[in-house]
Amino acid sequence: MAADTGQQQKADLREPAGWRRAKNRIATALMVLSFILVIIPLGFVLVTVIAKGSSIISWRFLTSDIPPAVLPANFGGMGPAILGTVLITGLATVIAVPLGILGAIYLNEYGGKGPLARFIGFMADVMTGVPSIIMGLFIFSIWVLHFGYSGLAGALALGCLMLPIVIRSTYEMLRLVPDSLREGAYALGSTKSRVTLTVVLPAALAGIVSGALLAVARAAGETAPLLFTILAVMTPNPNIFSGPNTSLPSQIFANATQPYTGAQARGWGAALTLIVIAFILMIAARIVTARFNRYAR
Amino acid sequence: MEEHEQTITNLARPATALERPVSDFPPSQTIFDVRNVAIWYGTFKAVTDVSLSIYENEITAFIGSSGSGKTTVLRSFNRMNDLVPGARVDGEMDYRGEALYGSDVSPTAVRRRIGMVFQKPNPFPKSIYDNVAFGPRVNGERNKGKLNEIVERSLRRAALWDEVKNRLNMSGLSLSGGQAQRLCIARTIAVEPDVVLMDEPASALDPIATGAIEDLMRELKSQYTIIIVTHNMQQATRVSDRTAFFSVLADSENDTRTGVLVEYGRTEQIFQDPQDSRTQAYVTGRMG
Repeated sequence: MAADTGQQQKADLREPAGWRRAKNRIATALMVLSFILVIIPLGFVLVTVIAKGSSIISWRFLTSDIPPAVLPANFGGMGPAILGTVLITGLATVIAVPLGILGAIYLNEYGGKGPLARFIGFMADVMTGVPSIIMGLFIFSIWVLHFGYSGLAGALALGCLMLPIVIRSTYEMLRLVPDSLREGAYALGSTKSRVTLTVVLPAALAGIVSGALLAVARAAGETAPLLFTILAVMTPNPNIFSGPNTSLPSQIFANATQPYTGAQARGWGAALTLIVIAFILMIAARIVTARFNRYAR
Repeated sequence: MEEHEQTITNLARPATALERPVSDFPPSQTIFDVRNVAIWYGTFKAVTDVSLSIYENEITAFIGSSGSGKTTVLRSFNRMNDLVPGARVDGEMDYRGEALYGSDVSPTAVRRRIGMVFQKPNPFPKSIYDNVAFGPRVNGERNKGKLNEIVERSLRRAALWDEVKNRLNMSGLSLSGGQAQRLCIARTIAVEPDVVLMDEPASALDPIATGAIEDLMRELKSQYTIIIVTHNMQQATRVSDRTAFFSVLADSENDTRTGVLVEYGRTEQIFQDPQDSRTQAYVTGRMG
């Protein structure tokens, strides 16, 4: 026919009608729907915390001592809790992140498929599933009973919580580093430690930092491990190594359960502060990794 | 197969006239002396009956079909196979008179003298400069001026300097395939190795980049000994002085396939006057 009219028949390049096209549309619709479902709780949490917490945030709130719960919202603040959270989470990070990264390096680069590496990997996975309050009780029984409450005890509990997360995420990132890079470094006469330090770790750094940061953010928001390790005091305790301390999550719990509106408002303020701290950490990590990751394309 | 018997020479003992290769090529020094080598991966015998000598400042090509053990043999020259769990080398393999698999030989020390370029370009996710300076730094070079000099000289020799001299700080991963492979060559020769092993260095490259790398090999020949694995027979005839043809021995009973060295000799001889029927079938294209 095409020859009759002297015209070429046009090719129909559309997706054929029928089941295939329908499947495509259904799958697309489902994906959009699940995206919306995911966004709803996230959005509500953020909007609620910002709406209820933003009015109380001020320099005074961020720096003053925690007042008695009966006082209205324009008294006192969350200074000790912010200080405690920053110090305790920071110390926990210093303890857990290097240990976790070294553990993951052992698992992926040195241990291979040996029994010890498999055992450690298995235990790390089991530890990921241990409820955080168990970590608190563990540190309570082996540390607090002998040395008393302290920020250090809280940091140890949070460190126990972070360790398996750091190990797991770092391990996955190291596994993603292609073997061709290791071979290239070996072929230049590098020792194993040099290959690991100068090629494998830098190549995986961006992922390792994000994984470590997720662990930090998770730990910063934990209440349970701190219940038996730092208590929750009202005044700042800059000495992390001795005496009870306090933290934002502990104060959110303590204030939100009060019948007084002033305490509740301070609880919302503490919640918003915690979210902002996590947010700042994430942005900082992005900037740091972008700097380190300059050469990964 | 008579070729290698004639060409076995040993550094420790000067070769007598009778032991010298009959070829017209002046008998240069033996770099590798391989006798009755078989290589195993666990219980799998990957390649067997390999005996050959590699000569200084020559390009030796390994040709043969897939699974014939070319790459396995190549990787045993700088002990890269040590990285594969279960890999084992049987037989004698000497490097400049020294047993390569001797008990007190450090693989790291071996690899500092015997560099390797891989099939797929594998630049590190570092700057172009740091890629080239990696090897010298491994060897303990810290002097900034010296490093600059080495980087420029290596990139010049790898015919990449003009293309990258203004962007040495850019990532090695930003280069095209051919450039990346030349960067890997520059990285390898930056440590001034004695031997450069090349595992199908041009298989992923277009003809122009391939030509550039072949020119480069011919140029590097004056300073280095090169062994190249290639699937491209024209490439073997274009660049190599000697050619080793590997084939597959299929054992239908146990369903195993083992690579074997069939014939080794000067490249013209292998391609124009092959002694073995399998070599003839391969080089004339009657068998893949």
